[in-house]
Amino acid sequence: METILFLAHTEADGTLGKAALETLGAAKTLSASLAGSTLVVGLVGAQTQSAANQIAACGATRFLSVAGADFSQARYASDILAIEALGKASAATIILGPASSRWNRVMAGAAQRLGGRIDTHATGIAAAEGKPAVTRWYYRQRMEGVLTRTQRPWIVLLETGCGAAWSGEPGTTSVEPLAITLPALHTTVTGIQAPAADAQTIRPDANLLFVAGAGWTKKQADGQAHADEAEKLILGFLVKAKASLGSTKSLVDLSGEGQAVLKFMTHLNQIGQTGATPRHPKGLATCCHGEEPHTVGWRFVNERRAINLNAACSWAQGKADVLYVADSFAVMRKVNELLAAK
Amino acid sequence: MPTAYQIVVCGSLVPDPLQTLEPVTTPTGPALKNEMMLPAVLDPWAGHALFEAANLAKQNPGSKVWFVSIGPKAKLQQVMMTIAQKVPFELVAIDGSASGFTEASEAAAALAEAINGIAGLDKTRLFVFGGWESASRGSGATMQMVGERLGITDQFQGVDQLTVQPDGSFKVLERIEGGKHQVSSCTALPALLGWATGNLPEPPNNPQVGMLNMRTVMPALQKAKAIKLPGDGLAFASVNLPKQRRDTKIVKDMTPDAIAAEIVEWIGKE
Repeated sequence: METILFLAHTEADGTLGKAALETLGAAKTLSASLAGSTLVVGLVGAQTQSAANQIAACGATRFLSVAGADFSQARYASDILAIEALGKASAATIILGPASSRWNRVMAGAAQRLGGRIDTHATGIAAAEGKPAVTRWYYRQRMEGVLTRTQRPWIVLLETGCGAAWSGEPGTTSVEPLAITLPALHTTVTGIQAPAADAQTIRPDANLLFVAGAGWTKKQADGQAHADEAEKLILGFLVKAKASLGSTKSLVDLSGEGQAVLKFMTHLNQIGQTGATPRHPKGLATCCHGEEPHTVGWRFVNERRAINLNAACSWAQGKADVLYVADSFAVMRKVNELLAAK
Repeated sequence: MPTAYQIVVCGSLVPDPLQTLEPVTTPTGPALKNEMMLPAVLDPWAGHALFEAANLAKQNPGSKVWFVSIGPKAKLQQVMMTIAQKVPFELVAIDGSASGFTEASEAAAALAEAINGIAGLDKTRLFVFGGWESASRGSGATMQMVGERLGITDQFQGVDQLTVQPDGSFKVLERIEGGKHQVSSCTALPALLGWATGNLPEPPNNPQVGMLNMRTVMPALQKAKAIKLPGDGLAFASVNLPKQRRDTKIVKDMTPDAIAAEIVEWIGKE
């Protein structure tokens, strides 16, 4: 019989975010499909009562908490003590958490400390023949595996966007607080560094991922490169369409080498084999050649369209739903006009 | 006066990203078809970690870089021919599988044992670097477990920048959601950093560095300890390539204006 610990950290406002609620949905489903299993909630944050009340109706048998100002910060040395305490107090055999940057930083260390095993970036967990089985990708989203483990506790971090978020009426529930004595800490989180609001090009919740390839910086029909116009077209589109920006490795590498390219582009925008694999409902690729290392970044984009001058572009090889053979400058210039007129 | 750091970088090998990969089932679990024939490269994020380590060592005279790597000996030798020309380091080689299907905790145990075996290691001057994830297993788990085994509780993942301050403390920028960075300050070593991309370009080949490195690389390869990573308790029900090949509609005859109108309509649809 499994004891499933749903383990989440609160957001800055004290509530649970979308990723955490999706994980709770998966934990509930798993618990329902494993006979005799129980569901326990573990929360970490500056204050956890609001979050506990938010999911009071989730059916958990216990609500455990590690709370306090020291746990408002996403810091390995304090988070690992909280997770260790919650894991032990719940006697969890399976621990499910959202694959947030905070949990990704610390949960493998916690698995080591608890004597368990971990699988991260999971895209699903389900019961198969009475045992939990995890689905995750290998070789940077190039192949998908389904695995089981005999070791416990088994920690699984679930990617966001892979399941329905739990929803239910808020209520009031009593929380069992766990006391943690922190050792002298050497690390202090001093802040968050974010691009200026008008320079923010990465929007994980955007409906559309716009991917710019190196073609934007190449010589055009007139024999000249038009990087300045490319910048205006791309940034203009991102603002008007409220899209998120991705890039190929070749384009961000050009930026890193100091060439006259798209100044707003950084390695944070890179998608694909050595970049991110963002999840968006739609994706529009422009001036990309679409080879495998790049297209793995599209694996979790549902509807895909591309604009490229080359009809034999590898986007035509079953990767996009629609490939427009056209000049991206001309198309995006008109797209921006139409969006501005709306 | 700058600190003479000891910087241990963990990193392994991955198939060249341009290769087509196909999973096969073997008696010991999943593997890649013709795995030993595939050309290998240094794992990209481990490469960034190595280049950042070399840069930190260069800025702080007296510092030294070790590169601890698990991989099949022949493959390690092949990759070292390239990497050893980039930056100075001393190789600690472990002869074992570099497969993405190996178990992170077992790899971490082997790496931690190798690090503990480095003569003269001083944890008050120690940075342990690695990629925040590999391009094979891609779990971001191994480095944290190495840190736990070494007793390192100041850990950072998705690191893009490390800045040593005049007072000896250091500032770290870690990637978080939404293209932002979390900024932390740490006042003591040892510390473990799982690097994302960092800010440094790949160094050019330097034959002199290569010759210097090869003096230690070949002996390290010869005495590499052979290990097994059996994956105890781990069983794969399946490993498959994704099958979602799209039926691509190729549109050649529309004007840019018509395409733009169609795209705007598509974007606006729920």
